[in-house]
Amino acid sequence: MRIVHYLNQFFGGLGGEEKAGMALEACAEAVGPGKLLEQLLDAEARVVLTLVCGDNYAVENQELMIESALEKVREANAELLVAGPCFLAGRYGMAAGSLCAAVQAKIGIPVITGMARENPGADLYRESLFIIDSGDSAAKMREVLTKMARLAEKLIRNEPIGSPKEEDYIPRGLIRDEFVEKTAAERLVDMVLAKAKGKAFESEMSPTTFRPVSMPPGVSDLRKAKLMLITDGGLVPKGNPDKIQGSAATRWGAYSIKSCDDLKGEDYEISHGGYDAQYVRQDPDRLVPLDVMRELEQEGVIGELCDEFISTSGLANPLSNTRRMGREMAEKAKRLGIDAIILTST
Amino acid sequence: MQVTSALPIAKMVGANRLVLGNGIIHVVGDARASAEEEKKVRRQLVEKALAALRAEDKSA
Repeated sequence: MRIVHYLNQFFGGLGGEEKAGMALEACAEAVGPGKLLEQLLDAEARVVLTLVCGDNYAVENQELMIESALEKVREANAELLVAGPCFLAGRYGMAAGSLCAAVQAKIGIPVITGMARENPGADLYRESLFIIDSGDSAAKMREVLTKMARLAEKLIRNEPIGSPKEEDYIPRGLIRDEFVEKTAAERLVDMVLAKAKGKAFESEMSPTTFRPVSMPPGVSDLRKAKLMLITDGGLVPKGNPDKIQGSAATRWGAYSIKSCDDLKGEDYEISHGGYDAQYVRQDPDRLVPLDVMRELEQEGVIGELCDEFISTSGLANPLSNTRRMGREMAEKAKRLGIDAIILTST
Repeated sequence: MQVTSALPIAKMVGANRLVLGNGIIHVVGDARASAEEEKKVRRQLVEKALAALRAEDKSA
């Protein structure tokens, strides 16, 4: 079996943060964790190519990195792509996840990776990939690689894959038919009885969980701060140039408000199917408070208002979408040197 | 920070600087008020939003 293995610069043994800017490099043998991986798979398994890329380069030039990696995976006639494990390393997880997703979609060979549940890459790719739950400690390398190897073998042999609990991968949110002895009503009553008696029981529904977000320090001096307005109320220029969907939007837009100090209803429309938008259509400042922000800017209460506002439609949207869009918006705000954001939500 | 009239949702996802908006149909507006009064309402809400931006985490 021919394997291509993706590593970051650290696990690839090329250096730490000082090497995070390095572009994709290829090596025709197993490196670091790849050597252990070969031992854990059957005797025929060979890492024919190790791809190593710097964490910053991979995230900043994701498309380039993936394009170049796809070509190398094709040339190597790989039968399996292994990436990581990445543990809690966020940029590494994002790179490994995006590469696995691309190889799975464009080349169609099995892919496997490993990350901590808290890794942003897990958040983004767990629905499309098998990601072994690695925990956050790289000391568990052997244990994690063993699980990755077992699951990879099953994927290659096209064997049935067990539940996330059985195989230790991060739940993908897949629903599968299964034969059970008891009806839903009986199972429910069993659960209620167990709960009443204080005994352990397992719910069949797993509620969405949100990691706590720590609160960044407050803005010390608003008079020097650059502010940006964002809304999820679907305000878009007439004609909806970015074709932002009114429900389950996959896109967002940034729209100029340069030298404008009052939004006019005739210039805008609402792409949002979830609220009665007639009042915002009459006066968009009811959603994006530009008129007041301009006053505060002129009075010197705030330093500067960004000359674009960002908009999308926040309705019936899968979390994977909204998290991605949120990240993209945050990246844009960061690039523009924004100090604080007011998000108005319907 | 977030101005919203759906506080429970914002709290559920872990947003930590929140101001209650003036209704889902006009978060920072008031269709029943005169134009002048409405702008006052909006200004007050935005000033609250600015205060939320300045706030420090007291639980830390």
